[in-house]
Amino acid sequence: MLTYTLQRFGLALITIWAISVISFVIIQLPPGDFVDAYIASLSASGSMVRQEEAQALRQLYGLDQPIWVQYWKWASRVAQGDFGTSMEWGRPVTEVLGDRLWLTVAVSLAAIFLTWGIALPIGIYSAVRQYSMADYAFTLIGFVGLAVPNFLLALIIMYFGFVLFDLNVGGLFSAEYQLAPWSWGKAKDLMAHLPLPALILALAGTAQLIRIMRANLLDELRRPYVATARARGLAEWRVIVKYPVRAALNPFASTIGYLLPFVVSGSIVVSLVLSLPTVGPLLLRALVAQDMFLAGTIVLLLGVLTVIGTFISDLILMWIDPRIRAGIHG
Amino acid sequence: MAEPILSVRNLQTYFRPDEGIVRAVDGASFDLYPGRTLGIVGESGCGKSVTARSILRIVDRPGKVEGGEIVLRRHDGRLVDIVGLDESGAEMRDIRGGEIGYVFQEPMSSLSAFYTIGNQVMEAIHLHKRVTEKEARDRAIELLHLVGIPRPEQRVDSYSFELSGGLRQRVMIALALAAEPRILIADEPTTALDVTTQAQILELIRKIQEERKLAVVLITHDMGVIAEMADAVSVMYLGKIVESGPVDEIFHAPKHPYTQALLRSIPSVLAEPRSRLATISGSIPHPYARPPGCTFNPRCGNFMPGKCDQAPPPATTLSADHEVRCFLYGEGVAT
Repeated sequence: MLTYTLQRFGLALITIWAISVISFVIIQLPPGDFVDAYIASLSASGSMVRQEEAQALRQLYGLDQPIWVQYWKWASRVAQGDFGTSMEWGRPVTEVLGDRLWLTVAVSLAAIFLTWGIALPIGIYSAVRQYSMADYAFTLIGFVGLAVPNFLLALIIMYFGFVLFDLNVGGLFSAEYQLAPWSWGKAKDLMAHLPLPALILALAGTAQLIRIMRANLLDELRRPYVATARARGLAEWRVIVKYPVRAALNPFASTIGYLLPFVVSGSIVVSLVLSLPTVGPLLLRALVAQDMFLAGTIVLLLGVLTVIGTFISDLILMWIDPRIRAGIHG
Repeated sequence: MAEPILSVRNLQTYFRPDEGIVRAVDGASFDLYPGRTLGIVGESGCGKSVTARSILRIVDRPGKVEGGEIVLRRHDGRLVDIVGLDESGAEMRDIRGGEIGYVFQEPMSSLSAFYTIGNQVMEAIHLHKRVTEKEARDRAIELLHLVGIPRPEQRVDSYSFELSGGLRQRVMIALALAAEPRILIADEPTTALDVTTQAQILELIRKIQEERKLAVVLITHDMGVIAEMADAVSVMYLGKIVESGPVDEIFHAPKHPYTQALLRSIPSVLAEPRSRLATISGSIPHPYARPPGCTFNPRCGNFMPGKCDQAPPPATTLSADHEVRCFLYGEGVAT
């Protein structure tokens, strides 16, 4: 069990290292180095940089040294929380990302919980009552949901939310809290704004998840241990919830890892439509503007999030599946 | 003989998928007595397991018990017709496990891998007995000890995948006995096990049967197991019981051509070396295309054209408990 945990942790560290290399390569990709870009951006605004000053900057970032030394310097700065400066914003990357990162995590988590909250019960119902009218209805809605692009759904819901319910759609904050520092009022305001974007983001994965849950559970319902549980006199719904649903949920625990980055990067268009202050639209802008320090940092963070998520789902799997605890895989 | 504890009369369990209708059990009748073993024998697909599952009303959809009666004498002496009960009602659930224990065919997959065996045995105890957690655990350990599991105090916290096939089948028996039922249905309990383990499991069932005066239904395709374990035998073919009687009569004077063929196909160490093992000619007809008349007629050596393919043969009583469904016996013989 400890070996398993350590092994997973080791793999996570190696993966994070690999991601950091890729992020570094991304940052290095545009022609010229960071200082060239910096000088260019400064001269665009009218001020000049003296040759010695440029040289000093190059030395500070180790740009005159071999590539692995540059990587090492960059990595050690990143480890201390210094991600460099965003060219486009003219501010440190950490400042630009700031709250956006946590808002993204909040929106994503809310969306994930909503997805599960909607999809799992429907999936269970559809499997237990296979080929019933409700099963067919959910299947139909599910396929329509899969076929309709999310941003379109977002636009439609925004339109009807505005026209019918006079909802303040778009964004995560009301105007007066947009730039205000954190307070109870702002937190409450966030809670009021969160459900709609979370729901729209959640609907993306719901249809798919219903199908997966239904298929998993249909497989499990035919296993002999279900009949065994029934034969000892257990009530039907307890049979289903305790045994086959438990087994059908197992594959979900292993997908927690890539849900998070999927919600972040897969929702860029929806986030733009809903003007959410999350990381997705920022990544898009950074890429368009070739703001490589910002883009590289976001890629790095998304990668690390995935690794952390996968590590957590490994731990959860170990916690819920005795076979893995016992060291029997599969 | 004493009153039967369970009486099955003309049981009909049909499957109605979209393609048609499968009469998996088509008019089976038998009685169970405390302390005695009824063997139900037949080829795969003859309806043995469906018969057993019908008694507990746990037939998988689209199967359904559609007719007949299953009268159970409950522990308080009341007679209950199981066919008339609500499939998911309280009384039916009380009977499952509480009055009738069921040992399944596949010990490998009949236990959930997500819970300890103790958890599953204790669940069965809690469902039928008002006991504390501690008492349930003690009982579970006691049961595991009873079925011959070594170090039951530790095994109670094991998972099924940590046990061998033989031990798992012992756990299944412990599970079936958890709420002290008076009937035990063993559905091919030894099919998935190797020969030495088979003998141990059968011995265990017999020992517990004697101790607890259990009525046992033993379902198998293995005539050897029947000879060793059963008091009475019902031979099933395509959902019908073609012959039933005391085990000695069935083995020494089998009447139905199907029973005779089954007995001929048992390998014997006394047989002539390098002689061919007798088989039953033909194969089981497709469930949607059952032959008219006696369903065994296409494979029967005693086939009488114009008789066997016209109407199903009625039951003929040969002696007190010996019954056969074949035109070779009874009144219709002359024609």
